[in-house]
Amino acid sequence: MFYVSTAVFVVVLAALVVAIVKGYQQESSDDLPQLELTEANKKRRTNVVLASVVATVVILFIFLLYSFLIGKGLTSELAQKNGVVIEITGHQWWWEARYDNVDASSIFTTANEIHIPVGVPVTLSLKGGDVIHSFWVPNLHGKKDLIPGKISTIWLQADQPGVFRGQCAEYCGLQHAHMALWVIAEPREQFNNWIQSQIQEAVVPATDSAKHGQRIFLSSACVMCHTISGTPAGSNIGPNLTHVASRQTIAAGTLENTREHLASWVNNSQRVKPGNRMPTMSFSDNDLQPLLDYLQSLK
Amino acid sequence: MADQKKQGTAKLIEVELPQSSIEQDRKQLEKTWAHAHGVLGWLMEVDHKVIGLRYIKTAFAFFLFGGIEAALMRIQLARPENHFLSPDTYNQLFTTHGTTMMFLFAVPIMTGMGIYLVPIMVGTREVAFPRLNAYGYFVYLIGGLLLYTAFILNTGPDAGWFAYVPLSGPAYSAGKRVDIWAQMITFTEISGLVGAIVIIATTFKMRAPGMTLSRMPLFVWAQLITSFMIIFAMPAVMLASGFLASDRLIDTHIFNPAEGGDAILYQHLFWFFGHPEVYIIFIPALGFISPIIITFSRRAIFGYTAMVLSLVATGFIGFGLWVHHMFATPLPQLSQSFFTAASMMIAIPSGVQIFCWIATLWGSKVHLRMPLMFVLGFFAIFILGGLTGVMLASVPLDLQIHDTFFVVAHLHYVLIGGSVFPLFGALYYWFPKWSGRMLSERLGQLNFWLMFIGFNVVFFPMHQLGLQGMPRRVYTYLPQTGWGSLNLLASIGAFILAAGVLVFLINVFWARSAGAIAGNNPWGADTLEWSTSSPPPVYVWEYLPTVEGRYALWMQNEKTPLVVGLSTTKREILSTSVVDAFPELRFEVPGASIWPAAVALATAVAFIIGIFTPWAFAVAAVLAFAALAGWFWSNPDYENVNAQNPTEAFMKPTEQPKELQPKEA
Repeated sequence: MFYVSTAVFVVVLAALVVAIVKGYQQESSDDLPQLELTEANKKRRTNVVLASVVATVVILFIFLLYSFLIGKGLTSELAQKNGVVIEITGHQWWWEARYDNVDASSIFTTANEIHIPVGVPVTLSLKGGDVIHSFWVPNLHGKKDLIPGKISTIWLQADQPGVFRGQCAEYCGLQHAHMALWVIAEPREQFNNWIQSQIQEAVVPATDSAKHGQRIFLSSACVMCHTISGTPAGSNIGPNLTHVASRQTIAAGTLENTREHLASWVNNSQRVKPGNRMPTMSFSDNDLQPLLDYLQSLK
Repeated sequence: MADQKKQGTAKLIEVELPQSSIEQDRKQLEKTWAHAHGVLGWLMEVDHKVIGLRYIKTAFAFFLFGGIEAALMRIQLARPENHFLSPDTYNQLFTTHGTTMMFLFAVPIMTGMGIYLVPIMVGTREVAFPRLNAYGYFVYLIGGLLLYTAFILNTGPDAGWFAYVPLSGPAYSAGKRVDIWAQMITFTEISGLVGAIVIIATTFKMRAPGMTLSRMPLFVWAQLITSFMIIFAMPAVMLASGFLASDRLIDTHIFNPAEGGDAILYQHLFWFFGHPEVYIIFIPALGFISPIIITFSRRAIFGYTAMVLSLVATGFIGFGLWVHHMFATPLPQLSQSFFTAASMMIAIPSGVQIFCWIATLWGSKVHLRMPLMFVLGFFAIFILGGLTGVMLASVPLDLQIHDTFFVVAHLHYVLIGGSVFPLFGALYYWFPKWSGRMLSERLGQLNFWLMFIGFNVVFFPMHQLGLQGMPRRVYTYLPQTGWGSLNLLASIGAFILAAGVLVFLINVFWARSAGAIAGNNPWGADTLEWSTSSPPPVYVWEYLPTVEGRYALWMQNEKTPLVVGLSTTKREILSTSVVDAFPELRFEVPGASIWPAAVALATAVAFIIGIFTPWAFAVAAVLAFAALAGWFWSNPDYENVNAQNPTEAFMKPTEQPKELQPKEA
């Protein structure tokens, strides 16, 4: 498509340039307008124009068929795919991912980071949580909108292991720019291990500091929005934090998941990502350090 | 009734007009068509030349505002994680930029060109409904001022120029920002519709005797087809913005999925307007290109009929493409395929026109003046934009590049290349007619090359950025993405482009006082507007012209008749038949009046105060009733319409040209 288009562009412009160069005149506004072409001249021109139009139609028709066939490939296999099913919900401005399973105890929820097995079709069921978002991981699949009140389904498959960046592609408000996600494609065995670890409830804090941190988490505004399974924290407004320490980034792909970033996010998220839905917390350093210890223990 | 009309047909009579009576007529006409003066006069004026220029100047001012917004955005995006603008400011900026360029610049400036030029080009003295026309301008101005007042007060809309629900709905856009957007849309809709009606009536009923449909200049065809598109497209967006406003003001839940509404419905309504809108901007530009090519190749256009049919085809197919803006929504593959086919099909009429233009230029004597330079710029940029458009029509490809910078590049290639470059060509071409002076060709060259190079430096890298995965409408991006250097390049280009526009402004201000005197027809062009003086007198013609062929001025001779017998003491207009432009009747058009401004005020009360309370509509209804009563009361007395003897005489010819004979004869 690209080469054909380039060729068309070059040919048409070349014709134009030749016409201009051949006919270029210095000032002589007194030459008489030409109202009629000779018969032969007119006929030749008509033939060239007609041939160009026919060529245009043929090229477009080939593009059209080609486009249909690829489009068919993208959708028709959908029905036969029944590997992993992930339900993705778009929120302002993060991604919720729920791994479906016939066994209800194996269903779990995570955020902004999806693991998929290599070489296996993965079905994504896309739901709009608040406004319209668009799921897009350029290296794996085209866009699909997440529209409130509708469910769209796509499937994708990673042929090679790798880490792929995705980003929301439909303008969704203030922090549309910072709504990324990561897709991690890994061999089946590694994937299964990951699944097994994600199904587990959160680890019980081991150190004193982490225990103190858990108390702070459960007694502060954190529990109003976040879930940590195995604890009383069970709200679904913000991302699920059960295994937050296992993720590579925080704030929907905005920051690397380091202690320093976590600290600035917890206490100062409005500076990092202005307008996000997390309120500004003001933990003193005495409280913040244990809290970070706890969060970082949630592998 | 029809028979009666036919009986009162025009006879071609040779009359002697002594020089003294011509002088007398001229003086009387000057008095009859004189402009209103003073502040009140500014509000009362209805002259289509004045209104047309007001549209053009106002729209150009909005073009400059929109450009400044774009420049600010380019500064913000010049490097990753830049803190030049806050996300909120950036979102207001891109929303206002898109809204301004589409609604306050592109459509109105095309309307303005039509309102100024169509009546002169078809050989009459005024538009069909001068007061309605003045009303349309006021409504447009108020809409634009509303948007910018809000923007300055930091309540500019921030939901995108498309304002998708639910983001723009009451739940996710608190405050009045989106309401201001929705009502501004309403204002520009009204003015667009008014302009369309005025132009359709003028082209259909007021053409000079002899200007049959098949002799109508391509500029006028383009304006006519655009006007019909406006009439069919605008109601859809009126529904979209009206329903959105009612969802927000009186909780109608039309677009709220939680209450059984539908978020996709909004997209259908918006794009059923939004895609034709592109052609509403583009077709008038095609109408600029044809006369420029005819004039500077000194040649009849190749394939006039094919050109007209292509314009008509574009007008129709343009309504069948809207879903290609929605390929990423959950619509079935099969139904999307129809829109792929239609989107590719629209390349055909565009192709036909481009081929015909090249066939016209081929082997002609080309005069490479500024208007033609800009048209050549159009070819280079638009063809590239058209080809990326064909790519976007393909669903699988679109799913990757939709809503990325690739689309930003595509749409600017199509709209700036397809519309703004021809527009600048048209400004160079017709500026001498409006002002009586020529723009400088040297500054013009500088203007052109800065714009052409700047444009490509800004927008060409964006194709690549889109392919690398940079989504649209992001206020910043992370350094790890590697998009920094191309963005910096694009930002540099923005300033070259801006410098080009600045040179144009300098050229205009220089030419107004120091440009060479243009004379009636500086380019040796063929259309009627070049036979009156530059600038044209208030009454445009002492005696209305008649037309003997497709290229009026190139085909006229000393035997070409003129129309005499129209009243000089009243603003009298000749009305002709739709197809053959045969004289049917004379009628008086109304002159200056305060009532259009008063009705515009009532409209403003309805929609501006309506942002806050539905009671505004009740109050405005009373005001509008009063103002409309005044309007109709002061209209000319239509009982005096003279249908018996529309043209008392034609002047000069000794033989009767064929097309002026009634069909029965």
